[in-house]
Amino acid sequence: MEILVCIKRVPETAEAELKIGPTGKEIVRENLVFDTNESDNYALEEALLLKEKSGGSITLISVGPQEADEVIRMGLAKGADRAIRITDAKLAGSDGYATARTIAQAVGDLKYDIILCGCIASDDGFSQVGPTLAEILGIPHAVYVTKLLVNGNVAKVHRELEGGLIEVLEIKLPAVLALQTGINEPRYASMIGIKRAGSKEVKVFDCSGIGLSENDTGEPGSPTSVERLYVPPKTRQAEIIKGNADEVTAKLAQIIKEKGVLQ
Amino acid sequence: MSANREILVLAEHRRGELRDVTFEMLTLGKGLAEKSGCKLSAILLADKPEHLAGKLVGWAETVYAIADARFANFNSELYQLALVDFIKKQKPALTLIGHTAFGVDLAPALATGLAMPMASDCVGFNFDGSNLRVTRTVYGGKLNCDTRVRPAAQYLATVRPAVFPPEAASYTGRVEAVTSVVTDEVTYRRFLEYVEAAVGDVDITKSDIVIGIGRGIKESKNMAIVEQLAKTMGGVLACSRPVVDAGWLPKERQVGSSGKTVKPKLYIAIGISGAFQHIAGMKSAQTIIAINKDPNAPIFAEAHYGIIDDLFKVVPILKEKIAALKGS
Repeated sequence: MEILVCIKRVPETAEAELKIGPTGKEIVRENLVFDTNESDNYALEEALLLKEKSGGSITLISVGPQEADEVIRMGLAKGADRAIRITDAKLAGSDGYATARTIAQAVGDLKYDIILCGCIASDDGFSQVGPTLAEILGIPHAVYVTKLLVNGNVAKVHRELEGGLIEVLEIKLPAVLALQTGINEPRYASMIGIKRAGSKEVKVFDCSGIGLSENDTGEPGSPTSVERLYVPPKTRQAEIIKGNADEVTAKLAQIIKEKGVLQ
Repeated sequence: MSANREILVLAEHRRGELRDVTFEMLTLGKGLAEKSGCKLSAILLADKPEHLAGKLVGWAETVYAIADARFANFNSELYQLALVDFIKKQKPALTLIGHTAFGVDLAPALATGLAMPMASDCVGFNFDGSNLRVTRTVYGGKLNCDTRVRPAAQYLATVRPAVFPPEAASYTGRVEAVTSVVTDEVTYRRFLEYVEAAVGDVDITKSDIVIGIGRGIKESKNMAIVEQLAKTMGGVLACSRPVVDAGWLPKERQVGSSGKTVKPKLYIAIGISGAFQHIAGMKSAQTIIAINKDPNAPIFAEAHYGIIDDLFKVVPILKEKIAALKGS
């Protein structure tokens, strides 16, 4: 089975303090640690599991700067076979739609049975690329996938709904599946895998290399554009308890006691 | 080709019930309609729409109802076929869809199919009938992002749930039946069944004290620290999504939009940054305490009390202080 996996290199911001750059439209990226987008990492693992079960090969696709090779190499080290990276200054300002359009163009004539991607990018959070890509390619899709069983050209898929309810459906392949985190347990790359990754092929294209008009990507190809980033205005803010660890815990314990919930 | 001065809200329902986000969008839509001089409508796709449409007329001037047995369960591909046709004919200036498991599966492909600009997961709107600006959140809610949508005759946007508080019914609208145009069977995607959420040995919704653990706990072995705190306090351990993904707590302990909604007397968020999906599940707790080392963590905007420090330093001491208070 031929599997395409879309991966994105993103800054890890869950525990980092963010600074807004001078344009007011992007964050300062220096001093941030970058990694594979979390749900994309699950998509890669699901591809590796599929390949182990039914054979075939995995092609990674990433849209981003040269530094995206960090996450591409990690994917190759884990067992992906080859990669395509689309890198071009003209991609700057791409929103979810333009990114999907770019990936669709890169998919072009590639052979594939299934396309796996994450359900959300931890940076811009569009949750838009997977289903948009499917629509452009003219194939079905499902989002928030938490279980995947492939049987011939049909996939039985679990989708996670609100409240933990699961929707079970059947989808004809090829399809785009946007996977939710937790669907599997992503592996670590082995030393031998990391060594082998060096000899695997990463094809790099610019927009013209995949036949993508500059009107179809970057800012000109994006229906939405960032005007301004800012720290959300605080409509409410917790009363911050100040002091050393001993003092703050003593005060907090007292507050908890006064709430009368301790049995 | 100009659009109609109409804002259209896609009614979301599941198992015969309208979802909360429907009324949130209609309330949002009412404000936008009044400001922009548009009329407010809802579109309902259902196998038997009468009952739900009857409810919706309190929230919109017109409720378009498309009846089709195949709409009994949500199928984004079927919905898309029906909505592409309807939106092309009706030409609403703005269509709103919930940023839910339903909307995220439907809206991006629908907008692409309609060649319409789409803004996703919006928490703020500025719409004058022809120009659309939205506010989104990025980097897990740490920053807001004012976003301009390319000028177009028609727009589509998905609306984050639990952001726009629903108001009471204020319209006496009418139902307009629309004939379903879906003739072909959709064979490439089929609904099979629902599987209920897992039930575990502990029901976190029943406890007065819920201690929520997040990504900040870092490793499985660190869970002992918070387990001891929960035990000392007589509370239950719950968590945000990353803890379930890592397998440190079972799914039924997850608090948030895809997990459980809890309303305890006391909720202590430990090492939880406060993604909106988590907030949706705990914001109704009577007292919320957050412990996080990042002063800009969105959780501090929801909490009543906060400690900005390393949880590994603070939590063991807090446990001792509580134990001492209980003993006194």
